[in-house]
Amino acid sequence: MNMHSKTDLRELSYAEAIREAMDIAMVRDERVILMGEDIGVYGGAFGVTGDLVEKYGTDRVMDTPISELGGAGVAVGAAMTGLRPIFEFQFSDFATLGMEQIVNQAAKIRYMLGGAVSVPVVMRFPSGSGTGAAAQHSQSLEAWTAHVPGLKVVQPATPADAKGLLLAALEDPDPVMIYEHKILYKMKGHVPDGYYTTPIGKAAVMREGKDLTIVATSIMVHKALDAAETLAAEGIEAEVIDLRTIRPMDRDTVLASVRKTGRLVCVYEAVKTLGVGAEVSAMVAESDAFDYLDAPIVRLGGAECPIPYNPELEKAVVPQVPDILEAARNLARGRV
Amino acid sequence: MRDTVIPNNVPYAISRYSAEELKEALKKMYLIRKFEEGAEDSYMRGLIHGTMHLSIGQEASAVGSCMSLSDEDKITSTHRGHGHCVAKGADLSRMFAEFFGKESGYCKGRGGSMHIADPSKGNLGANGIVGGGLPIAVGAALSAKRLGTGAVTICFFGDGANNEGAFHEALNMAKVWNLPVVFVCENNKYGMSTSTERSTAVKNIADRAVAYAMPGVTVDGNDFSAVTEAVDAAVERARNGEGPSLVENVTYRWRGHSKSDRNRYRTKEEIAEWQSRDPIAAMAKLLVDHKIATEDEVAGIEADATRIIEEAIAFATEGDNPKIEEVTRDVYTEETAS
Ligand SMILES: Cc1ncc(C[n+]2csc(CCOP(=O)(O)OP(=O)(O)O)c2C)c(N)n1
Ligand SMILES: [Mg+2]
Repeated sequence: MNMHSKTDLRELSYAEAIREAMDIAMVRDERVILMGEDIGVYGGAFGVTGDLVEKYGTDRVMDTPISELGGAGVAVGAAMTGLRPIFEFQFSDFATLGMEQIVNQAAKIRYMLGGAVSVPVVMRFPSGSGTGAAAQHSQSLEAWTAHVPGLKVVQPATPADAKGLLLAALEDPDPVMIYEHKILYKMKGHVPDGYYTTPIGKAAVMREGKDLTIVATSIMVHKALDAAETLAAEGIEAEVIDLRTIRPMDRDTVLASVRKTGRLVCVYEAVKTLGVGAEVSAMVAESDAFDYLDAPIVRLGGAECPIPYNPELEKAVVPQVPDILEAARNLARGRV
Repeated sequence: MRDTVIPNNVPYAISRYSAEELKEALKKMYLIRKFEEGAEDSYMRGLIHGTMHLSIGQEASAVGSCMSLSDEDKITSTHRGHGHCVAKGADLSRMFAEFFGKESGYCKGRGGSMHIADPSKGNLGANGIVGGGLPIAVGAALSAKRLGTGAVTICFFGDGANNEGAFHEALNMAKVWNLPVVFVCENNKYGMSTSTERSTAVKNIADRAVAYAMPGVTVDGNDFSAVTEAVDAAVERARNGEGPSLVENVTYRWRGHSKSDRNRYRTKEEIAEWQSRDPIAAMAKLLVDHKIATEDEVAGIEADATRIIEEAIAFATEGDNPKIEEVTRDVYTEETAS
């Protein structure tokens, strides 16, 4: 690994950053293995594992049969007994078949056993819409696992965080679920060289502003930043927060921002109802930051339906930049 | 159907089915091939977003398996489902319209390639979830038994699905409750990039039948007659109240798994070898050899199929897109506030 020269300017795609994190982890720690469907010679459905199988062989880069429940469970058992598996669900939608092992086992074993064991498993969930793959291949189900104590749930939005959060997840003694957005895999960004971790449970202020706070997750962070650019030209200064971890949530960063701006928009791709936005809103409503609000909180989330196939419909059911702009303008101009 | 005793040396399908039925079967096989080619072409020309799973090379399995079914009988299908849909009598225009995401499509543009279904013809749907259709097929068979409809359900699934828990749970329940269902495994040797040798503990998927105390048989899935012989027998057992069976049609997909496949897990030679065992060419030869159809008639059948596909693509192209205001329609049967 090149540690010097102009590596600081180096750009990687989100997928490459994840691969680099896995590569670094596998060099550092013999216990790390990769498991998943078609992650070997195929390189993963989204090319994330790439050619790692050539470097580490099929003993450490294991193609599982199409057995999500079994595969997830094997990863849990291995994590309890000395390995550090990174399990890839080919699409996050298929994690629904592995939910038993995630929710009843991985999340609860440590607690049920009175702390006698830990389950340091890492699971990766390629999520989200925008690929024309319709209702069973496009979901954003991160709130499902975030509802379960015992799990930690992260949603990196940038290549640098995709790498740092994966390395942090491997250091974490408890199960960490990583929701990656499929549309971000090709997105490039600056990624620091070598080993580093991004703390789990810490949000990032991506842009400072005084007029309103936009709390976003995953791909919506980029849409929010786009919108903030346009808003700035109109004289509205939006503060954009990338939540990064949804369990445990970074209360301090969100509340501090709301106290400053007095206005809050939450934007996320998952179905709006009973999701991350509800939690963020409640967090504010239950705190002193509530007193600082000058307007009702606005949530922008996915429509109350499965992701449709038709491309125009598919776009229409998740928040887009114009939706954020409209909400932000209304809030900032006191129309809400 | 002919009601004759099967003479020696005459392939099963020839003695069992009329010339009309056999020519119709050949036509469906051509329709599948040309639907898939048209789909691929539309994708290449950027008319479609998303992905697709083509069943080119597997046409005998789809059409042969459905030969003895009526519209009352059910099927469940898979992500690689276009062929099953055609075999069960779907309208090609509405299939293409769905593929193009149009309101005139089978799923009104909501489902797309992976979810094309025609319940009016007994097709309960393709499925984006590997193994998702297996328990559903058992449920359809349970209905048929309780309601006394006499319907049989054919459950199509791939070799990859046999390692999902749903497969094992479904076969077990089907046997325990003695239900009229036929599990048809289309073993095309790979689940995406993973060969059955690398994923599956038994040699033949049909060997799994032993664990669930039902008949299991492996046949050449590119041989139309062999497929019909095995599946028809299983359908008949199901109809007679003798319970479920497992049939394994060994076949091959000529194209990659989906549009993102670089075919790094198999050789060009292997693909070429299987292409030389074209199930459609074999079926055409079967009909010509047994004087069911002349070569000219075969050419005419193919030309018919080509024309139908062209018309279907034109129909699909002209169709309207769904209305954005109606995007939440059909989430529930009755309009429900969230
Ligand atoms: C539960 C689930 N896991 C994984 C996938 C991704 N996937 C789609 S098709 C496929 C391969 C299926 O193989 P097989 O059942 O043999 O069918 P074939 O594609 O060969 O027709 C995989 C892994 C999925 N759709 N659903
Ligand atoms: Mg297969």
